This record gives sequence, structure tokens and C-alpha cells, in this order.
Amino acid sequence: MQKTTKKYFPIFVLPTLIAFFIAFVIPFFWGVYLSFCKFKTIKKAEFVGFDNYIAAFKNDNFVNSFKFTVIFAIVAVIVINVAAFTLAVLLTQKVKGTNLFRTVFFMPNLIGGIVLGYIWNSIFNSILKSYSTTIANDAKYGFWGLIILMSWQLIGYMMIIYIAGLQNVPTDLKEAAQIDGASRWQQLRKITIPMVMPSITICLFLSVSNCFKLFDQNLSLTGGAPQRKTAMLALDIFDTFYGNNTSKGIGQAKAVLFFLLVGIIALTQLFFTRRKEVEQ
Amino acid sequence: MSTKKKIKNIIVFILLLFLAIAFLYPIFFVVINSFKGKLFISDAPFALPTSETFVKFNNYVMGIEKTGFFNAMKWSLIITVCSVLLIIIFTSMTAYWITRVKGKFSNILYYLFVFSMIVPFQMVMYTMTQLADRMHIRNPAGMILLYLGFGAGLSVFMFCGFVKSVPIEIEEAAMIDGCNPLQTFFKVVFPILKPTAITVAILNAMWIWNDYLLPYLIIGFSDYQTIPVRVQYLVGSYGNFDMGIMMAVLVLSILPIIIFYTFCQKFIIEGVVAGAVKG
Repeated sequence: MQKTTKKYFPIFVLPTLIAFFIAFVIPFFWGVYLSFCKFKTIKKAEFVGFDNYIAAFKNDNFVNSFKFTVIFAIVAVIVINVAAFTLAVLLTQKVKGTNLFRTVFFMPNLIGGIVLGYIWNSIFNSILKSYSTTIANDAKYGFWGLIILMSWQLIGYMMIIYIAGLQNVPTDLKEAAQIDGASRWQQLRKITIPMVMPSITICLFLSVSNCFKLFDQNLSLTGGAPQRKTAMLALDIFDTFYGNNTSKGIGQAKAVLFFLLVGIIALTQLFFTRRKEVEQ
Repeated sequence: MSTKKKIKNIIVFILLLFLAIAFLYPIFFVVINSFKGKLFISDAPFALPTSETFVKFNNYVMGIEKTGFFNAMKWSLIITVCSVLLIIIFTSMTAYWITRVKGKFSNILYYLFVFSMIVPFQMVMYTMTQLADRMHIRNPAGMILLYLGFGAGLSVFMFCGFVKSVPIEIEEAAMIDGCNPLQTFFKVVFPILKPTAITVAILNAMWIWNDYLLPYLIIGFSDYQTIPVRVQYLVGSYGNFDMGIMMAVLVLSILPIIIFYTFCQKFIIEGVVAGAVKG
């Protein structure tokens, strides 16, 4: 059977593979090569070794966007996950209207980043107007604006995953603990949290990688204003390519570094989930 | 139920109700302002429209005209629907072949697809645009091809996980009965894959419908602009864009998603959970 199926390679695999090579494989390796080249237009690429990488590390915008992204990710991940977990606990108490609440909390997740950014941009600017300022005036506003926006978008998403995890906690375990005299807090810490650990790992990494790769919301909420202070990594890379007149090689080198960073996060996730699977 | 528990439930309910109102407020804000004249939006943004500030559907009419909204919606729909269909058909076939034909080549392909999932778009964005330019595929058909390529990673990965659980005996029986592999796949295997296909379709549809950067780079300066590209183009590039019209356009862009969500919310929520757990 394997042999007959094997002959059907051109029908089963080739269409996907051609598209995959055009969209991903060729651009990926070409991109790695170009990160070692100096070029403004692609026809005049000149090999320069690690110069682009050195330039990227010396670039203030890049270093700032790196710092901004890391701090943003830490704060956002904590806020989002604590809120999502709390909501999930509240929604598994069998109160009336649970389904409707779940639907409402999840909804913002479906709205695209660009539209989301402009919705919040108009709200923040309407509030800040009474203090005669705008969100583009101070990096502090942009930072907390992005936190609020991302919380609004991701809390529902993470909540859904936590609910799925919480529903898998066997009720007899909790009842046994209750009979043994465990307080609510003890039950949460000693039973619920260890049992939903897989969901926690998934949510942590999903929110980390979502925050690190953020682009659309960043572009539409602040666009990096004031003075690129609120530009995150993805936006800074975009601006290096298409914004100013520097060598695009630096942009590509930044992109490779960005890829390595995101890759390390993903590998750590794999490591943690694998280890959890062994334990169970 | 004890009285204590009843009181607790009421408190939780009220708390959730307040949170739900807070969650819905941003959408409510945009909707009420989409019915006001632009001067009144900056004067009293949080007030409901009054007889003085109410402008009926003027903002919507102007917004649809100025943005060519229906044209953008048409291209968004065409690109999303075609891409999702192609992704479902081709990646499920690829996943089937990779899982059933064992060997080094299949393994390499599998890991290449998985690898592509962790690479951020910025890594390939410039070279991919250059390649698309040289191949003259900066049009909707090219977009669909590129979405098949970008969507392949996650979709192949998810289908592979499921194909493994399909009992091979059924396929062997079909083959003995004279089906060729293509018939076996579509008549026997694909129907079993349906739940995964729905999940994959929903995840890809949500991504493609809302995607901004890829369509911006490939067809951003043509007549084929999708909704997110159009919104960014109009609202982002002119700082003094009429606020009332902007609000109307924002409402119009989230309306199709909300309608879709009300009808398929069960599938969407289940699909997202399945996707998150596997991805």
C-alpha cells in the first residue's frame, strides 16, 4: 500500500510543497544570506560578513525596541494570565449565564489587530483630551494603552483554555480534600493549580509569543510615537526595511536576531511541555 | 443549595455582569459615536447621540463611499474563502502522504513544516515580497498561493497528528476493493478527518481575514486591498480623517466577524482550544 501511495507524490504533496517553497523556504534561506550583505536594492547586494549584526546591536532604536518589548511582554503576560485564570475560576462556579459571559469575554479575540488598535486609539484620545494631551505624546500612555488593549484581546482567549483545563479537574479530588478539612485556598493551591499546570504552560507561552510578535496593534495604536519610544521589535524591523534610507541588510540582520529570540522561546516551551508529559 | 452558596453565586454573577459590560464598552463606544457628527465626537465622546448630534446613517454612507468598503470586503471574502479551501484540501493530502509513506524524506518534510511555525513573519517578509514581485504574483491568486504556503506549517502539523489515529485497516480494505490512493483518501480518510478540518479552517480563516502585513506588502497598492489594509490606508495615513466616518468604518469592519461569531461560536471556541493545545 505504501508503494502505491508513494507514486501519488505529485498530487498529494507537490502543490503544498511548491507554495511552501515560494512563501517560506526560499525567502527564509535568502533572508539568512542577505543578512550578511549590504544592500539598498536587492540587485546590488555586497557581502559584508557580520557588519549588519554589529550595526544592529549599536542601533539605539533596536536596543530600545528590545527593552520595550521585554518589559511589555512581562507585564502583559502577568496581567493577562492572572485575569484570565480568575475569570475561568469564576465561570466554572455554575452561575447563571456562564455561556453568555464566555461568549462576551472571548469576542474581542476575533477582531483584527489594526481595527482593534484604532478602536482603542479613539477611546484613549477621548479620555486624554480632557488633560489636553494624546496617546502619541508620552511613551507611558502608549505602554499602558498597549497593555489594556492586549488584555482586552487575549484575556478571553486564555480564559477559554483555562476553563478547558479546570473542567478536567476531577470533582472527587476536591471533595476528598474538603472532607479532610482543606480550606478553599489550600484546595486551589494544592489541587487545582497542579492539575491545570498543562493549561498554564500553554497560556504562558501563547501569551509570551503573541506579545513578542505584536505588530498590527502596535502600528495602529501608537505607530511607535513619540520618537519610536513605543515601537516594538516587529515594528522596528519593518521600519528599518521600509521606513528610512539605511541599508536593508541591517533590517534583515535584525529579523534574523528576532527569529532566534522567538525560536529560543518556542524551544523552551517544547522542553517544558515535554517534561510535563513525562511526569504525568 | 444553602443560602450562603446562593448569596455567593449572586455576588459572582454581579461581578461577571460588570466585567461583561466593561468588555463590551469599547464596541458600544464606537457604535454610538458612529452616529454622531464629527464635531460632537470630540466635544462629548462618551455621551449618547442626542437629537442635535445624531446624523442618522450619514457616516456609514460616506464611509462606504470613501473607502470603497464593499470592494474591500469582496476581496477579503474571496481571498479568505479560497485560501481556506485550498489549505484544507492540499494540506490534509500532504499530511496523509507524509504519515503513510514512511521514510527519511517524509521526516524531513514534516520537520520543515513544523520549523516554519516558529519563524516570525518579519524574517521572510522582505525576501518573500521580492520573490513574489519577480514571479509576477502580486495579485489575489498569488495571495492565495502564499497563504497556502504560510498556512501549511500549522495545518500539516495538525492534520498529521490526527491521521496517525485513523486505523490503517479501513484504508487497506478500501484499496483491496479497488480504490486508488486518491479515492481512498477522499472517500474514506477525509470524512474521518472532518473535525480536524473544521478546526484548521477556523484557525486559518481568523488569521487570513484579519491579516494586515502580508496583503499590505503584496497587494497594498492595488485595487485588491482587503479590509484591514483599507482601514490602515485611510485612517492611518491621514491624521485628520473625519472621526465620524472612521467610527462607521470600524463598525462595518467588525460587523461581519460578529455575525459569523454568533452563528458559529461553538465551533470557533472549540477550534481555538484544540488549536492552542496542539500548537
